[in-house]
Amino acid sequence: MTTTAATLGFEQTGDGTLLVRLSGRWHLPDGVPSAEPVERELTGQHRPRAVWFEAAGLEAWDTSVVLYLGRVEEVCRRHGVAVNRGGLPAGVQRLLALAEAVPEATDARGEQMDTGVLERIGVTTLEAQESVLKALEFVGDVFISLGRFVVGRARYRRADLWLLIQQTGIEALPVVALVAFLLGLILAFVGAVQLQSFGAAIYVADLVGVAMARDTGALIAAIVMAGRSGAAFAAQLGSMRVNQEIDALATTGISPIEFLVVPRVIALVLMMPLLTLYADVVGILGGLFVGTTMLDLSFTLYFQQTAAAVSLASVVGGVFKGGVYGVLIAVAGCLRGMQSGRSASAVGDAATSAVVTGIVAIIAAAGAFSVIFYVLGI
Amino acid sequence: MADAHITVRNLTMAYGSFVLQRDLNFAVNRGDIFVVMGGSGCGKSTLLRHLIGLNEPAQGEVFYGEESFTHADPARRELLVRRIGVLYQSGALWSSMTLAENVGVPLEEFTDLSAAEVREVASLKLSLVGLKGFEDFYPSQISGGMQKRAGLARAMALDPDILFFDEPSAGLDPISSRRLDELIVELRDSLGATIVIVTHELASIFAVGTNSIFLDAESRTMIAMGPPTELRDHADNPTVRRFLLRGENGHE
Ligand SMILES: Nc1ncnc2c1ncn2[C@@H]1O[C@H](COP(=O)(O)OP(=O)(O)OP(=O)(O)O)[C@@H](O)[C@H]1O
Ligand SMILES: [Mg+2]
Repeated sequence: MTTTAATLGFEQTGDGTLLVRLSGRWHLPDGVPSAEPVERELTGQHRPRAVWFEAAGLEAWDTSVVLYLGRVEEVCRRHGVAVNRGGLPAGVQRLLALAEAVPEATDARGEQMDTGVLERIGVTTLEAQESVLKALEFVGDVFISLGRFVVGRARYRRADLWLLIQQTGIEALPVVALVAFLLGLILAFVGAVQLQSFGAAIYVADLVGVAMARDTGALIAAIVMAGRSGAAFAAQLGSMRVNQEIDALATTGISPIEFLVVPRVIALVLMMPLLTLYADVVGILGGLFVGTTMLDLSFTLYFQQTAAAVSLASVVGGVFKGGVYGVLIAVAGCLRGMQSGRSASAVGDAATSAVVTGIVAIIAAAGAFSVIFYVLGI
Repeated sequence: MADAHITVRNLTMAYGSFVLQRDLNFAVNRGDIFVVMGGSGCGKSTLLRHLIGLNEPAQGEVFYGEESFTHADPARRELLVRRIGVLYQSGALWSSMTLAENVGVPLEEFTDLSAAEVREVASLKLSLVGLKGFEDFYPSQISGGMQKRAGLARAMALDPDILFFDEPSAGLDPISSRRLDELIVELRDSLGATIVIVTHELASIFAVGTNSIFLDAESRTMIAMGPPTELRDHADNPTVRRFLLRGENGHE
């Protein structure tokens, strides 16, 4: 059996007809010919009035033929030339008819119109404005609902809150400990190199203790939780949105913000201060480890030096910051989740953007706190 | 005349600038089993979302009884919404809760029943939809058809005045689908509920529908209204008749 490649022949007959001859085996993976030769014939000096097809030599065909004919017919339509499908195999004719059976939805593609740069800048600006307004509205709703929670009128399930406290608190302990210990080590090393040259190695204890208590402990806990819980909240709420579970809450008469967002905010507000304290202690232990093993400081000396350096006010300030970061992480995660689109990839995007939003908010708040605490002299 | 439970006046629905349907005017009477028909993508689910307040009309108004639902303040709306039950196209069960908890949530929130009583009512509702014994299963552990039935049990939890169904029988086998039809009629008769159904199932449409409208995708508005059997036999519009006769004998 000989296989012949797909071939095309063109022939102008005397009565103003262009005959397109299809032959050989047409096979989609081998490619689809362009309709350009036909267009050249149509625009040549002998402009045909009709296009006919002849397929007697066609040995095998698939979608490639239908695609090619679609292109040819499109070209003919543009040049106002009639097409006669009579010479085509019945199957091809039926497929062509089927593809045309439902007319193209004219406005369904409306959104993808070509837009100029100016228009795009305008649209993006309007969208940005809208998204800021939406975010503010969401934050407002969350605070109203928190108010209802405080006076005991919010609708949520205790069991959900306990589960969230467990997930955001206890289950986060190992990773917070690891990061805090390592950062304590790093701070101590950096400090030791500088301070040893002045013979003031003991001040490593002050450095690590004060840094941990004032800022670093809260920041460590916050960044770990933004990656852990912020992303998890966004993914949970996003997938609930995809599955219409949030609509179902709303039509049951339960506010999704009270039912889903408030317990998450409360869980983080309760757990973040504790995680901050925990990170403080573990971080100081990291410093202690460096102090006793590398700097030959005694355990008691290091401990006393730390206790003298770290004031209660700075510990309380750090814990307070931790609580505020908790609100930011929870609100950012829930906001992104509630705004998520209705597809699997949109849920992934929501989780990513929850982490980014959360960390940006944390760093901005940390900066603001530094200024405020400096001015207040704490 | 029977009194109108839901009235829709000059409703236009749009996503952004994309208008789905315009100038819808109809009334659902108390005790009706009202069918919303139309081709795929013409906006039936969207109409349901407008009726239950998940989408806001681009124009026009929805009334519950004499009262405007569209212009009601949020607190009043919440009260109105509490009297309705919705079965979503996908079931939309809360995936982190068992079936009994799903059905129990509305009961816990809006009644003074004890935990044991809530559980008992949830079991009863689940047995009504043929899911007795599945109380402690999670939605991911049961089939799509079962999820739909559990969604129905949840929608019925508070014995609502109005039940909305989005394609209740899609994904059900013929016998379950028939049982669902019987259940719908039963709910209407026993609870005196008004029922609004979006469906393509001709058998169900004729078996249960007492009134209906037909939304057309091409002209973007409703092109017929009336009891389904009457539309099948006497509608002037060829599109409606073709739909109701499954595209057969659609003679002009
Ligand atoms: N969130 C949305 N944003 C923009 N367009 C949407 C959105 N949801 C639906 N649409 C559009 O609205 C149209 C109607 O959708 P809808 O879900 O109401 O159809 P339907 O009549 O219920 O169809 P089906 O019978 O297939 O369920 C569709 O063409 C869809 O493209
Ligand atoms: Mg639908």
